[in-house]
Amino acid sequence: MGEPTIAVAMSGGVDSSTVAAMLRAEGHAVIGLTMQLWNQRRLAGHEGMPESVQGRCCSIDDVYDARRVAEQLGFPYYVVNHEQRFEQDVVRPFVAEYLAGRTPIPCSLCNNHLKFDQLLIVARQIGAEKIATGHYARVEFDEGRGRWLLKRPADRAKDQTYFLFGLTQEQLSRTLFPLGNMTKAEVRQAAREFGIRSAEKPESQEICFVPGGDYKRFIEAYLAEQGGVPEAAGQLVTPAGEVVGEHGGVHNFTVGQRRGLGVATGTPLYVIQIKNDSQEVVVGGESALYSRTLRARQLNWIAVERLDGEMQVEVKIRHRHEAAPALIVMSGADEVTATFDEVQRAVTPGQAAVFYDGDVVVGGGWIV
Amino acid sequence: MRRVYFDNNATTPVLPEVMAAMQPYFGEHFGNASSIHHHGQETRGAVERAREPVAKLLGCRPAEVVFTSGGTEADNLALFGLVRAGDHVITSTIEHHAVLNACHRLEEMGCEVSYVPVNGAGVVDSEDVRRALRRNTKLISVMMANNETGVVQPVEEIGKVAAEADVYFHTDAVQAAGKVGLNVERIGCDALSISGHKMHAPQGIGALYVRKGTVLQPLFYGGRHERSRRAGTENVPGIVGLGKAAEIAVAGLERRDNQKMGAMRDRLQQTLLAGIEAAGVNGDGAPRVPNTTNIYFDHIEGEALIIALDLKGLAVSTGAACSSGAIEPSHVLTAMGLRADRARASIRFSLGKQNTTEEVEFALGLVPETVGRLRELSPLWNKREVKVQ
Repeated sequence: MGEPTIAVAMSGGVDSSTVAAMLRAEGHAVIGLTMQLWNQRRLAGHEGMPESVQGRCCSIDDVYDARRVAEQLGFPYYVVNHEQRFEQDVVRPFVAEYLAGRTPIPCSLCNNHLKFDQLLIVARQIGAEKIATGHYARVEFDEGRGRWLLKRPADRAKDQTYFLFGLTQEQLSRTLFPLGNMTKAEVRQAAREFGIRSAEKPESQEICFVPGGDYKRFIEAYLAEQGGVPEAAGQLVTPAGEVVGEHGGVHNFTVGQRRGLGVATGTPLYVIQIKNDSQEVVVGGESALYSRTLRARQLNWIAVERLDGEMQVEVKIRHRHEAAPALIVMSGADEVTATFDEVQRAVTPGQAAVFYDGDVVVGGGWIV
Repeated sequence: MRRVYFDNNATTPVLPEVMAAMQPYFGEHFGNASSIHHHGQETRGAVERAREPVAKLLGCRPAEVVFTSGGTEADNLALFGLVRAGDHVITSTIEHHAVLNACHRLEEMGCEVSYVPVNGAGVVDSEDVRRALRRNTKLISVMMANNETGVVQPVEEIGKVAAEADVYFHTDAVQAAGKVGLNVERIGCDALSISGHKMHAPQGIGALYVRKGTVLQPLFYGGRHERSRRAGTENVPGIVGLGKAAEIAVAGLERRDNQKMGAMRDRLQQTLLAGIEAAGVNGDGAPRVPNTTNIYFDHIEGEALIIALDLKGLAVSTGAACSSGAIEPSHVLTAMGLRADRARASIRFSLGKQNTTEEVEFALGLVPETVGRLRELSPLWNKREVKVQ
């Protein structure tokens, strides 16, 4: 022993279970923590929502799996209740963003406000100096810059740095990503060697608190529970302002969406823009989806203290987007404008713009 | 690691004498108490002998004791056994979930339920109970001592209200039995629940006192066990264990052991409050069972404190746990009017017969420094200090 105590954020899945096993094998004292974030039964039975839910995050099955790993490897394990903060900092903003015509990323909010904030506080309060998670990313201290760096992982296909751009220097200094240098296949192999039961468990990709992945029904059920759905119906218009149809609420749309517009025309129509002040959804041909610039606010810088002048970077505008070369420059006190070398499809307000310099995350912000 | 257990309101260790009394009934005397032969007669005798100390603990006749699988079943048997669709029930907002959730089910089945509030110290007012009476009121169910705060309710006054109105009175005495003197005649109740594992008998055994002559609908259908009030082969080792634990509890109350327990609790509570600022007792000023104190340490999360203390060897708890094991906000403290953050900052210390004064000192050495560390790292605490400056 003698190694510092590490708290491991455990989901019950193979990644975080392997992290716990690896740290334990390295001689660390490990404390397993699972966050109880959302009561999956809360909206069950509301119109359009499944009567029963299973197999999702915060489910009893996942807690059971995490607890079994802790028992097997012999370290203490606790479930901590952060439901109230999760609703305040993730679920409500998620719903509000959709109602405002944007397309939010709840995982980033959860990382910023829950996992690397509330959970890190609890970890430190109970005697752990650092927190480890099963994210695919790397964190290291750069002596030259005197800063903690967030870097892409060895397994590019699993890269989760996009969701982690909001981490502060303080948070990064207390974070370990032990899977950063491993591929998913290597992690599964390690899990098998550690005898972890969840080694073959399938991946979870959908939003953890939205059962079945139908976020529209979730939003409607949540609003109904909160005392009513605001009047959100509006019109579908062309870029020239011509009304071509009606819609039941801006939260049903995301930029780039083609299906479910309810408008029959000869050429395919896409959502180009969502105007939350007039509740208008602008639709048009695919060519109108492309843009060369974006603006991002609520910035967080990682590799640099701040942006001076301009910087050539690669910008990623959604999780499944190939980062594209762009020039970034400050265009306000807390606003960056990125100008891409090539036009980009479906720049979507509410998503993050994350700036990379090769493997290094320079920083990022929220697209407006 | 040294481990000290101050969570005896959750469960208690089986005392060695209780274990020794149960031991022969796992192997040597294994008969079904309903069997006609020698083996059955042996265990029948053990069951009936065990009924006597339980009756003595409750101040009732042995024939009025129905053995159950625990406190929850006893509560459910009383509520579902005495009430029918269309009846009105009066209970309190601070009951255990075994009563509260049973009442919610009664509402679904067509009963009306009134939930009487408590004051800031966590005490039900018997006049509120009286005012809640209706023409169709069938049952009043108010607990004798609260599991979270230890606050003792005015059950004798409520018993009088019930008697005057000629309605049934049930009290959940799970947290009172063995800790304070208890007598069904003095309380004036028609039904009273106890649980074995809260008083050093094993988990999985409990009992319901049912006043002679009370017509009780059973929960289970099967054989004519327990005078047709509780079908199912008797849990003989459990019943023997409960009998022995009741005997020990009666002897302890006669020796006034509860005063010693109260002195230990008071030392723990007073020393903690003297050494830690922004802390206080939930239920202060109300009569309490002698083993329990529920203390708030403002500006921390009780959940983190419990984990931190557990990692250092001290087991304490707070409110109810949900199925994942996470801690739920306490309905009891909320009903007492505590702010949500103070309710979350509260933890319960509950002592048992096995605890020693030396263990109290161990806890006193641990809690203040742990609260201090939590506060040092608490955004709430640091914000508060800014405000003070």
